[in-house]
Amino acid sequence: MGQLVKDFINGLWNENPIFRMVIGICSSLAVTTAAQNGVAMGLALTFVLTCSSVLVSLLRSIIPDKVRIPCYIIVIATFTTVVDLTMKAYFPSLYEVMGIFIPLIVVNCIVLARAEAFASKVGPIRAVADALGMGLGYAWAITLISIIREIFGSGTLFGVKVLGESFTQWVIMLLPPGAFLVMGILVGVMNMIARKTASH
Amino acid sequence: MLKDLAFLVVGTVLVNNFVFARFLGQCPFLGVSSKLETSIGMGMATTFVLTMTAVAAYFIQYYILEPFGLSAFLQIVSFILVIASLVQLVEMIVLKISPTMYNAFGIYLPLITTNCIVLAVALLIPQKGYNFIESIVFGLSAGLGFTLALILMAGIREDLEFADVPEALRGPAIVFLTAGLLAMIFLGFTGLVPL
Repeated sequence: MGQLVKDFINGLWNENPIFRMVIGICSSLAVTTAAQNGVAMGLALTFVLTCSSVLVSLLRSIIPDKVRIPCYIIVIATFTTVVDLTMKAYFPSLYEVMGIFIPLIVVNCIVLARAEAFASKVGPIRAVADALGMGLGYAWAITLISIIREIFGSGTLFGVKVLGESFTQWVIMLLPPGAFLVMGILVGVMNMIARKTASH
Repeated sequence: MLKDLAFLVVGTVLVNNFVFARFLGQCPFLGVSSKLETSIGMGMATTFVLTMTAVAAYFIQYYILEPFGLSAFLQIVSFILVIASLVQLVEMIVLKISPTMYNAFGIYLPLITTNCIVLAVALLIPQKGYNFIESIVFGLSAGLGFTLALILMAGIREDLEFADVPEALRGPAIVFLTAGLLAMIFLGFTGLVPL
């Protein structure tokens, strides 16, 4: 039990994919113009990551070592197709905004990295704990980025106005440079927090 | 015709640069942009694979997936498999034809499978409805845009080595901030070509 909790917590902070490992950042820069998109992308990735981790873990003794990467990619691509078609059918407006980044979950390094480094070595229950931790770690990071960009870029939060009429919108926050700048500052802040907590 | 192709090249390399405006290929962009020499090698290898992928994606989409009505649910799976095997094939061919070329960029080839620009180019070709020539030009200029971004970044990062960066910002953080400034510069190309 303690081991499961440890696996779960690991992704939330110690090995947080976005802020600590800095992998899988394409989508976290591209779709984070509104908080809603951040949440949706986080959940989509968590779903793909959890399902493919379970399947990879269950198949770990069957998959031959030499062709393991193509096998993992097929598993991941299948679950990505599931998410892609589901979103296209039930959330067309959200799908429109995310565009190509839903199918690109296939090549998101987080999913392949967890399949290769973790799920292929442990049982399905630990794989789920790790995948959920990593997925939610990604989700909170990407949501934080999108909340900051939405508040400063359009003065709203989840579509509700939070900053008064006198606030001038920082359009740059919604444009590509804003994504890079917010990301850079947040990674720096997280580094600082990590160093502070480590020295105590 | 030629004018449209020129617009496509300028639009893909500068206006909608894959790294700075479309946010694709960030992992290799952060990973291999620390030295000028390696980023030129990586850029060349990626451009090569991207052009080949564009051709392959065009034929798969219009001669296999569409005639058999499979493009809705087999597109992602088939494209990623073809890309993965294409990269392997290119690696073997390069090794056979020119060992010097293999030494120059062979080591970067396996990494290209997980570069999201490659899958994005494959998916964008049917989405934008490019014809055969346009697909090749699109793939080639996507690679050139990526190479340009890598070389610019590597040049800056080589000088950044000597700068006194605050400790918390060292590593990826300062690279993101630099990329943000570069993205602002690329924003200046907006409106350069009619879309």
